[in-house]
Amino acid sequence: MHSASFDFIFVLLLLSDLALLGSSRFTILIRTVSAQGVLLGLLPLMTGEDGNTFRHYALAAGVIALKGVAFPFLLNRARRQAGVSREIQPLVGFSLSLLVGILALAFSIWMGFKLPRPMAGTSHLVVPMSLFTLFSGLFLIVARHKALTQVIGYLTMENGIYAFGVAMAYQEPLLVELGVMLDVFVGVFVMGIAIFHINREFDHIDTRQLSKLGDWPQSAPASPEDGFMEKEML
Amino acid sequence: MILSLLICIPFASAAVAFLNRNGSLRRLQLLLTAAVHFTLTLSTWFHQPAPVLGGWFALDAPGRLVLNVISGLFLTCALYSIAYLRREIPGKHRDMEEGMWFANAPEAIFVGCLLFVLSAMTLVSCSQSFGMMWVAMEGTTLGMAPLIYFHRHHRSLEAVWKYLLICSVGIALALLGNFLLAVSAANHGHGAIPLVLGDLVEKAGLLDVPWLKAAFIFLLVGYGTKMGLAPMHTWKPDVYSEGPAVVAALLSGALTNCAFLGILRIQRVCTAAGLQEFGQGPLILLGLLSMFLAGVFILGQSDYKRMLAYSSVEHMGILVFGLGLGGAGIFGAMLHALNNALAKPMLFFVAGNIREAYKTKSTLLVKGIVHVLPVSGFLWVAGFLASTGFPPFGLFLSEFTILRAALDSHHGILAALFLAFLLLSFVGMTTNSLRMALGKADPEIAGAPRREAWLSILPPLLLFVPLLVFGLYLPSGLQALLHAAAESLGGK
Repeated sequence: MHSASFDFIFVLLLLSDLALLGSSRFTILIRTVSAQGVLLGLLPLMTGEDGNTFRHYALAAGVIALKGVAFPFLLNRARRQAGVSREIQPLVGFSLSLLVGILALAFSIWMGFKLPRPMAGTSHLVVPMSLFTLFSGLFLIVARHKALTQVIGYLTMENGIYAFGVAMAYQEPLLVELGVMLDVFVGVFVMGIAIFHINREFDHIDTRQLSKLGDWPQSAPASPEDGFMEKEML
Repeated sequence: MILSLLICIPFASAAVAFLNRNGSLRRLQLLLTAAVHFTLTLSTWFHQPAPVLGGWFALDAPGRLVLNVISGLFLTCALYSIAYLRREIPGKHRDMEEGMWFANAPEAIFVGCLLFVLSAMTLVSCSQSFGMMWVAMEGTTLGMAPLIYFHRHHRSLEAVWKYLLICSVGIALALLGNFLLAVSAANHGHGAIPLVLGDLVEKAGLLDVPWLKAAFIFLLVGYGTKMGLAPMHTWKPDVYSEGPAVVAALLSGALTNCAFLGILRIQRVCTAAGLQEFGQGPLILLGLLSMFLAGVFILGQSDYKRMLAYSSVEHMGILVFGLGLGGAGIFGAMLHALNNALAKPMLFFVAGNIREAYKTKSTLLVKGIVHVLPVSGFLWVAGFLASTGFPPFGLFLSEFTILRAALDSHHGILAALFLAFLLLSFVGMTTNSLRMALGKADPEIAGAPRREAWLSILPPLLLFVPLLVFGLYLPSGLQALLHAAAESLGGK
């Protein structure tokens, strides 16, 4: 295992997560996720103990093509169609997001030390960095309002899981490949279609507008008839 | 052979349905596929199907239970869809709550996705490989999304967005759980154990314990999200109230059981590795939390479809609570899974009929169902009695079994909490449902009493009969299956 370059990729992964947590512009967010995709695409090439097989090259090429090129392209297109350039007034501010990120990083490192190393020679950075990427993605989903940022958060989270899978569970046939394809399929195609519909229905992609449904009367008309009557009178 | 057919027939039929241009032919195709699937499923009772693909697909006892539930329920869903799709003619519709206009998704998409989901759920029930099971579970998530967004308006869009985001995160966490399981099975580099249930159980002693624990937690949270356990349940009320009745029935009866099967399988591996007690804490905690939160939200509920959704959260809580208790509690959970898969879809079908007649989802405006819709009214009351655990229905038996398991294992406090939370939702459900069923209907909202279309009352009646029968008498074959399922998990 090329341990030094392996570790280097995980350090870059950490930096890209921090960039995602701290930026508001979609162009930067999309570019960072794309860079993450390329970095992760290189990972399989470094796990082969006795040289790379066809499987390593195929996975690397597939991941770089999908995560590095295709999805950023689709996200960019969605961004242009929606006509948005940045996340304004997120639920948690950008500096505070970075602070939360640092705490999540500390937690991930602690977790990494709790779990035993399954095989000699596995890098110490795998568990903390992939967990941190997972947490960063989850945090973006929760702390941002725009549907586009939430999809980027989902992709980030998926990147963390993929990094873990390639580094630790690669011996399991097809599991990593299927995981990548299907998760990303949800992330971009299905959510992308949903973004398209949200955009058409509401003329923007702010999920705060998606708050009609709830349990208590203040978020919805007390009785459906009231709402109906108002519309009728207008 | 049977297993391959069970998976491939609905899949092929889904592909045909997407291309089929003729509406009534497509509905017939849906019904026929459902009937063929059900017949094949029944044939597994007489003839144990052979494993396929080197043991990746095989039918164990819990899988067979879930397969029967899926297949039987899908047949009633197909029947109900026919009446439903006849009403939902193409073109513009006026929303009954807010008065705006909206269109439906093409019917081909609806029928095609229903069949695709059937295929994916069958795949879940017979996947012995954890990886395949995850893929199939992901397939059900994808297939359900267009079904929820059948009515193309902003409320169902909101529901489908929440569903996709929350369930996809859940499914992604379950994928990490699978990776962790693979690490646990790596066997320190000396010939990894394949992630197939039989192999994992057989060589459970070789699994790496801390990694197995981590895998259990992630799979529980991941599949628990899909199942709708609190606090990951937030998508459920929105989806159940905005999706068509058929979709809510399918989600609440079949898909939740598929997710439960995922949790059962990893708990089985943990039990084999001597970690049964590790899983019990989280299972009991999530179970009681789901029951409590659902009870609180049912109490203040003014939308009857949301109320049913919270009731579903409550019953999912009961399932994992029973599983967490172990012993006879596991048998109780199995029985409860079966009965709940009859009661909840039946209530969703009836709720669909009520909504069609009253044009509202408010519990305050619907009154006198028993007078306006005699059959639906009767089934509504019976369904509520069943769902809140009244004898003679099957759910009484299963809840009682779980309660006794808690008392037998000297968990007095847990038993008391279980009873208290059951009571909480009982109060909320009965006050709301009786107010809706009885009283005098407002003729302006309800219209005159009428005869109901037989296609919209037959499906809930088909579910009502076994629900009543299983409460009074459990056929020996079914009893043996439930016991076998419970025993495979170390229960009684």
